[in-house]
Amino acid sequence: MNGSHLQQILDRGQFAVTAEVGPPRGSNVEAVRLKAAKIKGYVDAVNVTDNQTAIVRMSSIAGCAHLVQMGLEPVMQMVTRDRNRIALQSDIMGAYSLGIRNMVCLSGDHQSFGNQPGALNVFDIDSMHLINTVKTMRDSGKDMSGFELNEAPKMFIGAAENPFADPFEYRVIRLAKKVSAGADFIQTQCVYDMKRFKDWIIQARDRGLTEKVHILAGVTPLKSARMAKYMATKVSGITIPEAIIKRMEGVTKEQAAAEGIKICLETIQELRQLKGVHGIHIMAIEWEEKVPEIVQSAGLYPRPSLK
Amino acid sequence: MITGEQKPLAEIKAKVKGYKKILVLGCGTCVKTCFAGGEDEVATLASALRLSFKKDGQTIKVEEQTIERQCEDEFIKEAAAKIAGVEAVVSLACGAGVQMVASRFPGVPLLPGVNTTFIGILEKPGLFTEKCLGCGNCIVDVFGGICPISRCAKKLFNGPCGGSSNGKCEVNAETECAWQLIVDKAISSGQLEKLAEYVPPKDWSASNAGGPRKLVREDHVI
Repeated sequence: MNGSHLQQILDRGQFAVTAEVGPPRGSNVEAVRLKAAKIKGYVDAVNVTDNQTAIVRMSSIAGCAHLVQMGLEPVMQMVTRDRNRIALQSDIMGAYSLGIRNMVCLSGDHQSFGNQPGALNVFDIDSMHLINTVKTMRDSGKDMSGFELNEAPKMFIGAAENPFADPFEYRVIRLAKKVSAGADFIQTQCVYDMKRFKDWIIQARDRGLTEKVHILAGVTPLKSARMAKYMATKVSGITIPEAIIKRMEGVTKEQAAAEGIKICLETIQELRQLKGVHGIHIMAIEWEEKVPEIVQSAGLYPRPSLK
Repeated sequence: MITGEQKPLAEIKAKVKGYKKILVLGCGTCVKTCFAGGEDEVATLASALRLSFKKDGQTIKVEEQTIERQCEDEFIKEAAAKIAGVEAVVSLACGAGVQMVASRFPGVPLLPGVNTTFIGILEKPGLFTEKCLGCGNCIVDVFGGICPISRCAKKLFNGPCGGSSNGKCEVNAETECAWQLIVDKAISSGQLEKLAEYVPPKDWSASNAGGPRKLVREDHVI
């Protein structure tokens, strides 16, 4: 046991709820404090993104440290785009020393999607390697060179998977690779295409993966028909079925947000019925204040208390 | 082959401005094959420069020469006479040729006229695509003959990322996702399960990250 509340909940077989907070574009952390205060108590842990969409923000590690101070449990996202293996290992040690107990290993959005597309990417190692590196540091207490660390960072290790990306026939094999590499939990890309998600989880179950790794299905409430269309067409790796876009278009602008929350709640209920889904990860993009409402309406409140 | 692309005329002209007599020096190997710096491109660029300066009411003498390879001293020697008679040289070779000429004739300003792009292939007439990063330690067999180091925007050893869509890369909808190709190849050869194996991190020390590289062939050293 590493002191991760999220791990305790998942290991006990309870349905977990995580959310996401993006750090600010600047050194003032007040916005994070406000967002965090609103969701405190409604989620088991909070992901802090690492320069998502390749736009420079306050570091994930600092954002996580602020959450720890506020009494929330952070999940540090870490991408391999910006740091080589030396910096990554160093930051894992540093993060653990600051009380961070969960992390998610990612490759990261390509810099061409951000506002500094001229940046040089690193990708010294990939997300699979990062998972394996954290696992080695945690379980054998050694860094990538084999050097014995004075204290192992006992991280609860997360990874991402996108059941909606191609090639579909390889997705579950890759999930198996992540599990073998050391992933304890998976947070998926947001689920709108339930059919495809079900096909994926069935394949994962057939391989016995849902017994080996905790799967948290991602959900993102839609705010408007425009957002639905934007995500369906402009954001790669996300599929939104026509039926959902039609539902968002079928209501007035004023009703759209409520409809989006309704769809999100229906998705959560369906996900909870699926064997192999161990929790949800709510990515309410710039809409964190809605997380308590979603968690309550979904019947997932109160959350299990800290030991 | 090494591919290159000729710089825009305006950029070359800006570099040349102020010189009265220059040499446009072509290279007859790689950059000739990709239409960036062979005899034909030398002639076209030389005329374009003459015309463009003439339009501005300025005269410039532009000499032309193309040698077999600017990266070998044996061939560079052939250009010595012309270089001695000009104020600057526009080299249409790759970055290697440019530097070789610059070091051989340190007194003459050397102006690059080509942007060196990549090690690639002629995929079809008029289309060259990148295939190799020169990492110094080839493991392309692990990926069914498709190199993700040079062909995946994230250099993923255990890809694909979540941005692979309909066989294309999220970074550029016209670029094929290398990992889709790798998976397709594995499926067609009945080896998909082999791709379940973890491919460990790369030792980049054999690449440029380990510093500029040298290749010594003792049996050929004179």
